[in-house]
Amino acid sequence: MTNAIILARAQFAFTVGLHIILPAFSIGLASYLMVLEGLWLRTGRQVYHDLYNYWLKIFAVGFAMGVVSGLVMSYQFGTNWARFSDRVGPVIGPLMGYEVLTAFFLEAGFLGVMLFGQTRVGPRLHFFATCCVAAGTLMSAFWILAANSWMQTPAGYTVAPDGRFLPTNYWEVIFNPSFPYRFVHMVLACYLSLALLVGAVGAWHLLRDRQNQAARTMFSMAMWMAAIVAPLQLVAGDAQGLNTAEYQPAKVAAMEGDFETVPGSPLVLFGMPNAAEGRVDFSLEIPRAGALIVTHSWNGAVRGLNEFPRENWPPLPYVFWAFRAMVGLGLLMIALGWWSLVQRFRRRLYASPLLWRAAVLMGPAGFMALLSGWTVTEVGRQPFTAYGLLRTAESASPIATPGVAASLAAFVVVYFIVFGAGFLYLLRLMARRPVAGEAGPPSGVPVRSAGITPMPAVAGAPAPAAGD
Amino acid sequence: MANWLPPVWAGLIAFAVLAYVLLDGFDLGVGILFAAERDARDRDVIVNSVAPIWDGNETWLVLGGGGLLAVFPLAYSIILPALYPTIIAMLLSLVFRGVAFEFRFRARRAASRLWWDRAFLAGSALAAFCQGLSLGGLLQGIRVADRAYAGGWLDWLNGFTVLCGLALVVGYALQGSCWLIWRTEGALQRRCRRYASLLGVLLLALMVVVSLWTPMLNPSISGKWFGYPGIVLTGPVPILVALVAWRFWRGLARREHLSPFLCVQAWFVLSYIGLGISFWPLIVPPSLTIWDAAAPPASQLFLLVGTVILIPIILTYTGYAYWVFRGKVRHGEHYH
Repeated sequence: MTNAIILARAQFAFTVGLHIILPAFSIGLASYLMVLEGLWLRTGRQVYHDLYNYWLKIFAVGFAMGVVSGLVMSYQFGTNWARFSDRVGPVIGPLMGYEVLTAFFLEAGFLGVMLFGQTRVGPRLHFFATCCVAAGTLMSAFWILAANSWMQTPAGYTVAPDGRFLPTNYWEVIFNPSFPYRFVHMVLACYLSLALLVGAVGAWHLLRDRQNQAARTMFSMAMWMAAIVAPLQLVAGDAQGLNTAEYQPAKVAAMEGDFETVPGSPLVLFGMPNAAEGRVDFSLEIPRAGALIVTHSWNGAVRGLNEFPRENWPPLPYVFWAFRAMVGLGLLMIALGWWSLVQRFRRRLYASPLLWRAAVLMGPAGFMALLSGWTVTEVGRQPFTAYGLLRTAESASPIATPGVAASLAAFVVVYFIVFGAGFLYLLRLMARRPVAGEAGPPSGVPVRSAGITPMPAVAGAPAPAAGD
Repeated sequence: MANWLPPVWAGLIAFAVLAYVLLDGFDLGVGILFAAERDARDRDVIVNSVAPIWDGNETWLVLGGGGLLAVFPLAYSIILPALYPTIIAMLLSLVFRGVAFEFRFRARRAASRLWWDRAFLAGSALAAFCQGLSLGGLLQGIRVADRAYAGGWLDWLNGFTVLCGLALVVGYALQGSCWLIWRTEGALQRRCRRYASLLGVLLLALMVVVSLWTPMLNPSISGKWFGYPGIVLTGPVPILVALVAWRFWRGLARREHLSPFLCVQAWFVLSYIGLGISFWPLIVPPSLTIWDAAAPPASQLFLLVGTVILIPIILTYTGYAYWVFRGKVRHGEHYH
C-alpha cells in the first residue's frame, strides 16, 4: 500500500473519528432532552425543567461543532477517495444525500424552536419540536448507518461493465444484511455514551454538594441507563458479532485472534497477534469459550485467518486490540451500572463517594468504546472499501503524497485549535453547577446552531424600524 | 431512458450553488470588511447583522457537495481531486470562521477577542478567494483520463484562476458592503456606501477581464458567446449587466437602502447565467457532459423524491426567517 493511501486513510480516520463523537453526543442528548421535557410535562417537577435547560445549553454547542466537522466530511469522499465515489457513488450517494436533507430540514425547522422557543410557543408545541429534533438525529444516523453498512455487506446492486456499482433495489441497499444490527448497536452506543457522560457530570457535582437535587436526579437517571442499557448492548453486540461471522468471517478471526480453524476454538483474552508467524504470542486463553461466543456452541469452529488469502487480511493488531478495548470498557460499564443498583437498593446512591468517583472516571468511557468499536468494524473491513468487491487501493484519489500529507497536517493543526477550544468550552459548561430555576441558552450572544430559525426574534427583537 | 433527469439535477445543483453564492456571499463579505472596519462596536453590529442567518446560508454548500456525490458522482470524483488544495483550504477557512463567530463573543479578554476577529477576517477572505480559485480552475478545464483526474495537484494555479479568486473576494466584499448599507445606519452606513462605490468599479473591471478571458480558454466557449445563434442568447447578458450597473450607482447616489444590494445580487445572477451558458452542457469542461457524469436514473430518481418535497419547505422557512429579521441593526442590540 502506498504512502498516499496510508495518509489518506489517516486523514479520513482523523476527521471522521473526531466528527463521530459529536453526532453520537447529539443523538444521545437529543433523546435525553426529550425524556426530560416529557417527564417535566407529566410530573410538573421543576428539577426536570432545570436539567432540560442545563443540558440544552450544552447541546447547542455540541451540535454546532458537529455541523462544522460534518461540512468537512461531505467533501472528504471526493478529495481523497475519488475512485470510490465514482464507482460506489450511484449506490450510497443518495443515502448520504438524504442524510444532508434530513439534517438541513431539522436545522431549518425545529432546532431554533427547541433552543429559543420556550417562552414563545406553548409547552406542548415546544415538546413536539424537541421530539422532532430527537427523531431527526436518529434519521441522520439511519441514513449514515445504511451507507456504512452497505460498504460492509453490499446488497441490491449490479456491477456495470465500466466497474461502477449500480443500484437495482434501494430497499435491499438500505436494509442490507448488517444494517439492522449496526443501527441498533450504534444507537445504543450513543445512548450509553451520553448516559455515562451525564452520570459523570452528576457525580462530579454530587462530590461537591450531595444535596444538589439536579445532580442527584441526573446521576440516578444515568445509573439506571448504565444498569439496563449496558447489558443490552452486550446482547446487541453479540448479535452483530454473529452477523459479522456470517458475512465478514475474516474480520471476526482478526477480532478473536484465530489463525487456525479448529473445533471448540478457545477465547484469546490477551496476547500479541503475530501475523508473520500466523500465531498469537503470549496468549492467555479460555478453552472453548471462543466457539461458545462466536458460534453459540461448545464444539463450533471459528473460521481462522488461514482460510483466507493473506492479502485479504485486515491489519491485525488494530482490530484485535480495539475489540478488547471496546469489550473491556463495556464490561466496566455493566459493573458500574450493577454497582449503582446495589447502592440504590441499599438506599446509599446519594451517599457513595467511591461510586461517584468511579462514575466520573467512566465519563468518557462510552465515547472511547464507541471509537474502539468503529476501529474494529472499519479497520476490520480492510483491505476493502466495499467489502469483498472494491479494494481500498483501488478507491483512492490520484493525489500525490505531498498533497495528502500537507492537507492532513493542516487538518490536524486546525482541528486541534478549533475543537480543542470547543471541547474546553463544553467542559466549562458541564463544570458549572446546575441550579434551581436554570435558565435556557444565553440570549445575549449568537449561537451558531441557531440555524436559520427566526424564533428568537419573534418576541425578542425590537420592532423593525419603519420604512425599511 | 430517463434522459430528463440529468438536466433537472444539473438545474437543482446549480440552484443550490447559486443560493449559496447569493446568501453566504454577503456574510463572507462582511467578514472581509473587517479589514477596514476596526471599531469594536461597529464590528459587533456587523456580526450581529448576519449572526441569525449565516449558518443556514452555509448549509447550501453541504447540499451542493452531497448532492453532487449522489447524482453526478463522476463529476464529484474528478473535480475535488483536481481542485484538492483549494477545496481543503476553503473547508478549513470555513471551519475557522464558523467557530470565530461564536468564540469572539465568548472571549473574555480583549486580546483573545482580537485574535478571533482576525480569524474571522482571514477565514472569510481565504474562503472567498479559494471559491474563486475553484471556479476558475473548473472553468478553464480539467484533464480527465480513464474516469479520473489526470493532472498534478497544482494544475489549477495560474493567472486566470488567481484573477477569479480576486474577483470573488471583491464581489463578496461588495455584497457585504451593500448588505450593511441595507441593514445599518449612520456613519457605518455612510462608510459602506464609499466601499460599495469603490468595490463596484473594481468588480465591474474584473468581470470584464474575466469575461473576455473565458472565451479564449476554449474554442467551444467562444463559439457560444460570439457565434450565431449563440449570441442571441448571450448578447443580452452584458447589456443587462450595464443596465444594472447604471441602477446600482443611481441607488448609491440617491442614498437608497435596499437597491444597491439587489443590484449586486442581480450582477451575481447575471454572471452566473453567463457561466451557465459557458458550461452547458458540460459539467467538467472540456470533456464531460452532464449525461456522461450522471448517476443511473434509479439513483437520481430516488433522491429527487425527497428533494422536491423538502427544498420548497426549506425555502419557505428561509424566506420567513429573513422577513422576521428585517430592519436595521443598531449598537448594543442582539437578535437573540
